[in-house]
Formats: sequence, C-alpha cells, structure tokens
Amino acid sequence: MTVQEVGQPRKRKEDARLLTGRTQWTDNLTRPGLLHVMFLRSPMAHARIASVDVSAARGMPGVVAAFSGQDFAAEQGSLPCAWPVTEDIVIPDHPPMAVDEVRYVGEAVACVVATDRYRAADALDAIEVDYEPLPAVVDMNEALASDSAKVHEAGNKAFSVTITSGDIEAAFRDAPVVIDRTYVQQRLIPSAMEPRAVMADTDGESFTVWSSTQIPHVLRVMLAVVTGIPEHRIRVIAPDVGGGFGSKLQVTAEEVLCLLLARKLGKPVKWGESRSEGNLTVHHGRDQIQHVRLAADSDGRVRGLQVGLLADMGAYLMLVTPGIPMLGAQMFNAIYKMDAYEFGCTGVFTTKMPTDAYRGAGRPEATFAIERVMDELAAELGMDPIEVRRRNWIRHEEFPYTTISGLTYDSGNYEAATEKALALFGYDKLRAEQADRRDRGDPVQLGIGVSTFTEMCGLAPSRMLGEANYGAGGWEHASVRMLPTGKVEVITGTSPHGQGHVTSWSQIVSDALGVPFDDITVLHGDTAIAHKGMDTYGSRSLVIGGVAVVKACDKVREKARRLAAHLMECSPDDLDFAAGAFTVRGTEQSRTIQELAYAAFTAHDLPEGVEARLDSDATFDPDNYSFPHGTHLCAVEVDTETGMVKIRSYVAVDDVGTVVNPLIVEGQVQGGIAQGIAQALFEEAVYDAEGNLLTTTMADYLLPSAADLPNFTLDRTETPATSNPLGVKGVGEAGTIASTPAVVNAIVDALRPYGIHDIRMPCTPERVWRALEGVRR
Amino acid sequence: MPRITVTVDGVTYEEDVEPRVLLVHLLRERLGKTGTPVGCDTSNCGACTVLLDGKSVKSCSVLAVQADGCDVVTIEGLGTSGSMHPMQQAFHEEHALQCGYCTPGMVMAAIDLLRENPDPSEETIRQGLEGNLCRCTGYCNIVRAVRRGAQEMGQAVTRS
Amino acid sequence: MIPAQFDYERPASLAEACQALAEDDEAKVLAGGQSLLPLLRLRLAYPTKLVDVGRLDELKGVHDRGDHVFIGAMATHDEVLRAPAVASGCPLVAMATAHVADPAIRHRGTFGGSLAHADPAGDLPAVVLALDGVLVARSAQGEREIPAADFFVDYLESSLAQGEILAGVRIPKPGEGWGFHYEKFHRTAQAWAIVGVAAAVRRSNGAITEARLGLTNMGATPLRAHATEAALRGVELGDAVRQACEQAADGTSPPSDLHAQPDYRRHLARVLTHRAVRTAAGSP
Repeated sequence: MTVQEVGQPRKRKEDARLLTGRTQWTDNLTRPGLLHVMFLRSPMAHARIASVDVSAARGMPGVVAAFSGQDFAAEQGSLPCAWPVTEDIVIPDHPPMAVDEVRYVGEAVACVVATDRYRAADALDAIEVDYEPLPAVVDMNEALASDSAKVHEAGNKAFSVTITSGDIEAAFRDAPVVIDRTYVQQRLIPSAMEPRAVMADTDGESFTVWSSTQIPHVLRVMLAVVTGIPEHRIRVIAPDVGGGFGSKLQVTAEEVLCLLLARKLGKPVKWGESRSEGNLTVHHGRDQIQHVRLAADSDGRVRGLQVGLLADMGAYLMLVTPGIPMLGAQMFNAIYKMDAYEFGCTGVFTTKMPTDAYRGAGRPEATFAIERVMDELAAELGMDPIEVRRRNWIRHEEFPYTTISGLTYDSGNYEAATEKALALFGYDKLRAEQADRRDRGDPVQLGIGVSTFTEMCGLAPSRMLGEANYGAGGWEHASVRMLPTGKVEVITGTSPHGQGHVTSWSQIVSDALGVPFDDITVLHGDTAIAHKGMDTYGSRSLVIGGVAVVKACDKVREKARRLAAHLMECSPDDLDFAAGAFTVRGTEQSRTIQELAYAAFTAHDLPEGVEARLDSDATFDPDNYSFPHGTHLCAVEVDTETGMVKIRSYVAVDDVGTVVNPLIVEGQVQGGIAQGIAQALFEEAVYDAEGNLLTTTMADYLLPSAADLPNFTLDRTETPATSNPLGVKGVGEAGTIASTPAVVNAIVDALRPYGIHDIRMPCTPERVWRALEGVRR
Repeated sequence: MPRITVTVDGVTYEEDVEPRVLLVHLLRERLGKTGTPVGCDTSNCGACTVLLDGKSVKSCSVLAVQADGCDVVTIEGLGTSGSMHPMQQAFHEEHALQCGYCTPGMVMAAIDLLRENPDPSEETIRQGLEGNLCRCTGYCNIVRAVRRGAQEMGQAVTRS
Repeated sequence: MIPAQFDYERPASLAEACQALAEDDEAKVLAGGQSLLPLLRLRLAYPTKLVDVGRLDELKGVHDRGDHVFIGAMATHDEVLRAPAVASGCPLVAMATAHVADPAIRHRGTFGGSLAHADPAGDLPAVVLALDGVLVARSAQGEREIPAADFFVDYLESSLAQGEILAGVRIPKPGEGWGFHYEKFHRTAQAWAIVGVAAAVRRSNGAITEARLGLTNMGATPLRAHATEAALRGVELGDAVRQACEQAADGTSPPSDLHAQPDYRRHLARVLTHRAVRTAAGSP
C-alpha cells in the first residue's frame, strides 16, 4: 500500500544544495572574459540632463567601455507597462537609461564596463554629469493640485477609475452609523535577501540572459519587444533566485541594458546590485492613501462601502504598476455581505521610484482598510469585533457566493476558522486580562487585534485578465515525461525562488503516476528547457501550475493505459490503475508504469497511433480565482510611557484548501506573517521633500530579525477549492495580507480607552507616544 | 600589493590582493567560494557570515589583508563530502530555509552561537541570531532548527 | 559597494603606527573595521592609507590594575564581555557591550575603535563617560591621558590628534554599594539606540548617595545627565527618584532623524533614566 504523497510533510529536495553552498545565484555565475557593469545613478529626484561626460572614465585602468543614455537612445526602447487599466491611461516613455531627464533618485544615467567590479566602481567616480534641477514632486495630494510641478508633460494623473455596484447613495442615506477614515499604506521596500543580478552573453547571433527574476518567460517576451531582438534568439535563465516577493516580477532597466551591452561589446557582461543601490531602484510596494467610508445599521449590519484611493505610481509605470491598486478593487468588501459598494482609484505620478507588486499586491492594502474599519464599526457600536464580523460575513452554507464586487467565492468556512483561532488564542482570557489592566491603569496596556481575511489567489483566469485589459493570459504550462528507466522529468512553467516547487510538484506527480517521490525531478526557470510558462507570482504556482502538472500526468496515464491495454491484449476500460501499475481487472496480470515507459522507449510493439514516448504537455487556465481565507488574532503589549509595542502572542488559522505539503504551507504562512508584522511595526521607505530616499541601507530601513518577532501559533481548516481538481487555494501571500491589520487593530484596541482610533503605519514607538501625548493634553 | 596567506576550508592560499579587497570578494571572486553570498553593504544582513579563526564574522566587513595568516571556514567547509554538518541537517529537517540566500550565514551564526552556549533557549537563539536577516521564514523554523542542531551536536559530543 | 583605493600598513609596534599616521594627514587607523568598513564601502570616506593596529599586542587585553580596570583599545567587544576583570571591576561596561551590534560584529569590533569613532549613538561612549573613564592616547610625543569628559568633542569627533592612537581606557573601579544598568531603547535589535542610559548608582541605607548617568544619542556627543545626578543625591527610593529623573534631558540637544524627533528623545531620556536608575539601585 503506497502512502498518498499529497498531504505529507516532505522535507525539501531543494535544501541540500542551498545548505552546502552549492548555489547558482546569478552573481555566482561567470563566463570566460566576463566584464563587470556598474551604473551611475542620479542623485537628483528631478532634473534635466544637460550633459554626461564619460570620457575620463573610458581612460581609466581596466575600463573597457563607458556609455551614457545618449549612447543607448536609438536602441533601448521603453520599459513595458503590461497593464493599461483604463483606455485613457497615461503611459509615459520609460527609457532604461535616462537620456534627457531624470525623474527619481537612482535612475541610471551612465554605465561603466570594466574587467572587474573594483575598477568599474572607481571609473563611476570619473563620470561627470551636468544636471539642471527641476522641482521634485513627492506628495500625492500636492501632485494633483493644479499648480503642481509636472513629473511628465501629460501631468501627474496616470489614470482614474470608479466602479460602483448597488445603490451606494441609498446605502449611506439615513445610515445610523457611518465610519469615515483615511489610512496611509506606507511605501515599502521589498528587500528580498538576494540583491538583483544580471548576466548577458552572446555568440554573435543569439543571446542568453541570466537574471535574478521571478519571470523568465515574461522577461524573454518583453526583452524581445523592448529591444527588437527576435524572441527566438533570446534565452532567459533564472538560476537560483533568492526571494522575490513581487520585486523580481519586473522587466528592469538593468536587464535591458545588460543585454544591449552584450550586443554592443560582443562580450559577456554581468551586473550585481548593491543593497543601497537596490533600495533606490528595486520597485517599491504599497504607497496608497485610502479614504474609506462604511455605512451600517445600528445592529452592526454593513449597508455599503465607499473606497477612494490615491495610489503612488512613482515616476513611471512599470510592468504592472497601475494594476496593483486595481487588484484590490474587488477585495475591499472582503468576506462581508453588503448592499452597495463603490471603488475609486487615481494613479498619481511622483518623482520617486516606481511602485509595483509587493507580496499581496493590492490585496493587503484592501484587507487592511476593511479589517481596520470593521474594528472601528465594532468600537462605534460597543460591540465585540468578532461579533460584528459574524453579523456580516458570508456563512459557510451560502457558498458559492457572489459578492457585491462581482467575484464568486467558491468555498470557505469563516465560522470554523474563527472558532479554532479563538480557542487557540485564549480570547476570553486575554479580554479579561485586558479589562484588568485597564482597571488598574497599568502603564503597559494589552490590545487584541482581529483579522478575518480572504484574498483572491491564483492569478488568474485569462478571460478575467482580458476583461481587466491585462497584457497576457494567466494560464500555466507543464510537461511530464517518463524516461526509459522509469524515472520522471517534470518541466514546469512556474519559476520558484524559495517556494519549494520541486518538492511539491514531486509529491503531486508521485500520486498521479504512482512513481516514487525520489524518482522525480523538476526542471524550471530556463526558457530553453521550460519553453512555455507564465512564472511565479500572485500565489498562482500551485493553483495553476500545480494543476497543469496534474493535467499533464493525467494525459501520460491515459497514454500508458492504451499501451498497457495493447500489451496485455485487453480493453483500456478493463484496466485498473493503482500504485503505479495497470492491472487487468479480475486478474493478476499487470504492467507497471515504469515497464510501460521502457516499452514506449523501445517502441518494439506500439499500438496504432501511439508515438514512441510516454510524455505529455498540459496547459491549465482556471475558470475562477481561488479564495484562501483565515482568522488571525494578535495580542500586543503597549508601553504607554515609551510607546513601544511588543507582540505578546499571535495565532493564525488559515484555510488554503487542500494542502500538498504542510511543512511548506506552514513556512509560507510564517514568513508571510513576519512580513505583514514588519509593515505594521517597522518598515517604511522615507523620501524627504527634495525626493531623496532616506532609507537607502538596512541600517535605516528596518527589517525585523529573529530577536524582533515572536513565535506564531498556526493551525488550519481545510475547505477544498472547487475551482480546481486539487482543491488548492494558494498560500504565498495569505500571511502578509492577514497580519498587518491584526497587529494594527491590536495596537488601536490597546489605546482605544484613551480616545485613540488610529496609529499610522509603521506604528513606531514615537507615533504611539505622540498619539498618547495628543490626547493627554 | 600585499601578499597574504589564508587557509579557507582546509586549503591554504597565497594571494596578492589590493588592500581594499573585502574578504568576501576574495572568497567569491578569487577563490571561487561562491557558497558565501553578499546581501548588504552595511553589515546588517549577515548573509556573508563565515568563521574566522573559529569565530563568526561578517566577511563583507573584513578586509582580505586583515585575514592574513588566518583560518576561514565557510558553509562549503562544513560537514564531509558524504554528510552534512548536524546544523545543516537540522535546517533541512525543520524546513528552516526557503530561498536559501541567508542560509549560509544563518548556519554559520548558529554554529558560532552553540560554541559558547551548547543548549540555548529560544530567547537566547533569537538574540544570538539578531545579526542575520531572513526575509522568507519568519524565523520560527530557524529557531527550531538551531534547537535541534544543538541537541544533535550535544549527542554527538556525548557519544564520542 | 566597493571601497576606493587606499594604501595599507600593518606596523609592528605602536610607535611605528604613530609614525605612519603622523606622516599622512589623510591616513586613518584601522582597528576592527566594523564602523569604518561600511563607510568605505558606501564611499562616505576616502582615506589615503589605513594603518592597521588590530594586531598590536600592546593594545590588547583587559587588565585588572588594582584601583582600575585597563581595557586595551584593541580588546574586542567579545573579549570585553568575557573578561573577569570587567565583570567584577566595571560591570556596566559588560552590560552595555552586550548591546553593541551583534555577535559577529562583536568578534571584530573593538572597545577602543568604538570610542575613537565617537558616535554619540554608540553604546560605549556614554558608559565610559558615566564611569569617568580616562582614555590613554599614544603618539610620537609620548602618552597623554584624556578624561572621558574631554574626549568626545563633537559628532564623530574625538580629541585625538592626527598621529595619536588610543591605547586603552582606564575605568576606575567603584567602591562599595554601587549598582549598574544600561537601558537601551531601539526599534529593532539591530537598530542604533534612539536613546540609551548608562546608570551607576550608589546606595547607602536605602538612599541614593551618588549617581553617574551617561546618555546615548542625546546630542552630538555622549552626555552626562548632570542635573539628575545632582537631584538624586541623598534621595530615598520612590517618587523622589522619578522627580529627579524629570531633569534627565536638561542641557541636551538631541538629534532629529528617521526614528525620533528631539522632544520624543527628551521624553525617552526621562523615562529611561528613571528605569535605569531604579534597576541600578536594585529596585525594580
């Protein structure tokens, strides 16, 4: 009896290499005659480039070449924006290297190519650039004022949309309770541990680009479009990639320029980013101002929700920049039933690094706003925050349920997840302690935060992407091939960078084909090997890519069935498949799938119409998103003397549908929670009024270490998705989406007796103290 | 250009280096020891942690000339060809890595932590690893792995 | 990022090191390099030459010298933390050193390097100031003793002259009845102190007879909380201590940066001084 692999906490196949330093990070790679590239970056947020003089740099030791934007002007094209969210969106020209004007600090203005990075760094100091300063545009509200300086000639508004569902006016008319709040989603720096790196080489005709990217397939297409190099002459390889969190879901200036440098010089070139360079130039995340109004009845029932966003695009629209806030458009209503909903969003240009996808991408922002507002509603009504949610959430028997924003949630059980979380958390006991501390006037107050979240995962049904005017589909591809010796090669179009696809896909294939886990290998991340794919982001890999693997296995199994029937001289319908073997029903006669693989290889005796291969391809395109959900509870201690917040306990019960590997799921949730907590407490990309980034290093941009975070108590409920055959929902972003509001709700809960109803993120000790000072006066 | 002698993972090298060359660049770009990555330029992230004369250091914040005459152990020098060091094994068992970029530094820091404190509490581990950042795991499993590694290494000592 | 070019010398003696420094105005001393190397990598400093004193035996070690502890400038933070002489003779130094950066940096960074760097946000300057340490500097002209109060001149500026090298620090041993505490307030474990308070408090018969208080990151240099020190003299534990600590920020000019504005720092100085004094006085 074979054990079912799906559901087993398999240790990862990926680990051994990573643990022993046998890694293939892009910056580890080399080529004969490799040259090193470094970029000179603008110290000005906004300026006209009067001149760039690279001649002195060219003469320096070890320097092979030096170029300014002018040298690339004829060939560099414009970095792509694949998501024009409205008909009249303004998509400014975005040269990979600035030619006439710089629009954010860090924009590349020149580069040096040298025999090693030390000499390249020295030569950068010798480049002279003459800037004519232009006014910086830093604040979104000011940017939209009629007298604001312009980032681009077309103005500072990129786009504006409003979506309405139901009678919003009626919902607010005579509403007994209206909550009106403005929240700031601060700008974040994704901070994947591996800084970006790119290497490019050419044989004179074809090009290979190695990049620390999440999206080798998308990148290949886009490099062809941007540079005009024919797609079939470009191969993109994503070797080991050290985290992404959306930040490597991009077509970057450096990728384009390294490719062009390889073409210009006919030599291999490599660029490796420094962290301080990365903080300036890896796209940032979040950065929205959210105006939220919620109308409710006096019993807590939500009538309607009105959302108005200002979303900071930064200086340009990158790959999916304008789509990020739009990914939240259908999520503000979350798990709640209501009569009417209005969503408005204006994308604003500023002279800052462009924003784009960061873990959750639009959904954390939406979840934060609604979960904060639900707590405000509870407070307004003197109701427990759990109770106000109970009165509004979709009950488990109501699925499938079409929400006010038009999504159909296939499955879920908010009641079950919440009950489990409350029990694990010891909710009532903590509430009692909270009351006691309040009574005693304890300088350390206790706060309890609730977040009952859902998200839309598995980006995305191609049809829906088309309706949203996204420039590509959302399918995923897989190939499964049985080798002559009975081993299996899986080729996936997903591009893992920490998610453990090699392990999870092996588990899936092991069950589908009855082949031992260790006999399966998974190839990915090289467009010459995995020729078709849509890559890894948006919690899509398992939900779409994993299902594509299942579909490919199904086809392989059916081919094997035909072959088995032929060899055992029976009808395919008379065969039972179990534990990797076809058995003629009611007999002892059987063939293992490994035997059939060998038979297909020798091809000595194949039935009519069966080719000499036991392999197959499949592409999966879902009909619907998936909707993981869960209940996260956070208890914080707030030192009212200093404003310091300490997380005392954190419980998360997630429902991500069927679990393929509980170890990996747990890891994803833990890491996600940590990142969400970091937004609530620690992280913020700060620009000054002149548009200078002040948080350029890890000494200034605070990332939590092990010493800054607690342990998390995790559990799960399992309500399988009905939109895919695996029943999986995706887990990559859940923790991040859920945790930020849980933490801030807890902090505000602790401070509510003082009359405080918001702390702006990150909730620094100083901000907490200032809020308390404000009410003490 | 100064000439230095340095032993890395049991092999002694004699190299002429510019004074400004960072130890991590000597390891990665001269000696081909790319198992040790670089994650920042302010010695915050700890990805480049190695043992220098038996103690953890951030190899991005040591000049190669400062390592003259010293013994360096990197992630590549742990364990044997056939088996991983108990701490590496513990990271595997506890799923204490995802992308793996911080892992070499984290493992070296964990081994150093146990050098002085063979049976650390969760709190001690968290404090002891404050100089090593991970963006994937949320640290829960790293803490567990260090506990497990400590137990395994403790047993190894007892047995021998 | 990559440091700019510089020359490198590793003199065999302190005398040679002083000579090497005196020859070149743009030369800098390299101790453990834990503050200097990040500055070089970010190209925020362009020294022509580094004079590596990290291996000079003359500068190493922690020595119990009867009425004081002598901490060699090149004693690493890790060595200081483990030194029995520090534990018994100046425990406040050990308490604060445990908060300096992280273990790997403490293996390289040196006690003297931290002081010579003269960063008011560093944990050790306030401690040495509170304990009335005496910094011993060597140059071609000989040895010079600099009281801590005269050593820290301005932001990242000490009174060491070019050609002068910090050899070590004398920390007077306290007499009977002293208690110590270092209270550090920071947002993450890695972050610099927003404010830190080094407290040495002497008690006799339930009252505070003397207090020495050093403040971290409350000005361009580490500072003493003189007003609070005076107000604490003879005070019984209890509310009077709190009142005395209300003056902890008097005479300070705290910086404004990403993590805190001056008024918040002043507030923190008061709260943290109170906590530090209470803990040092053994009254949690």
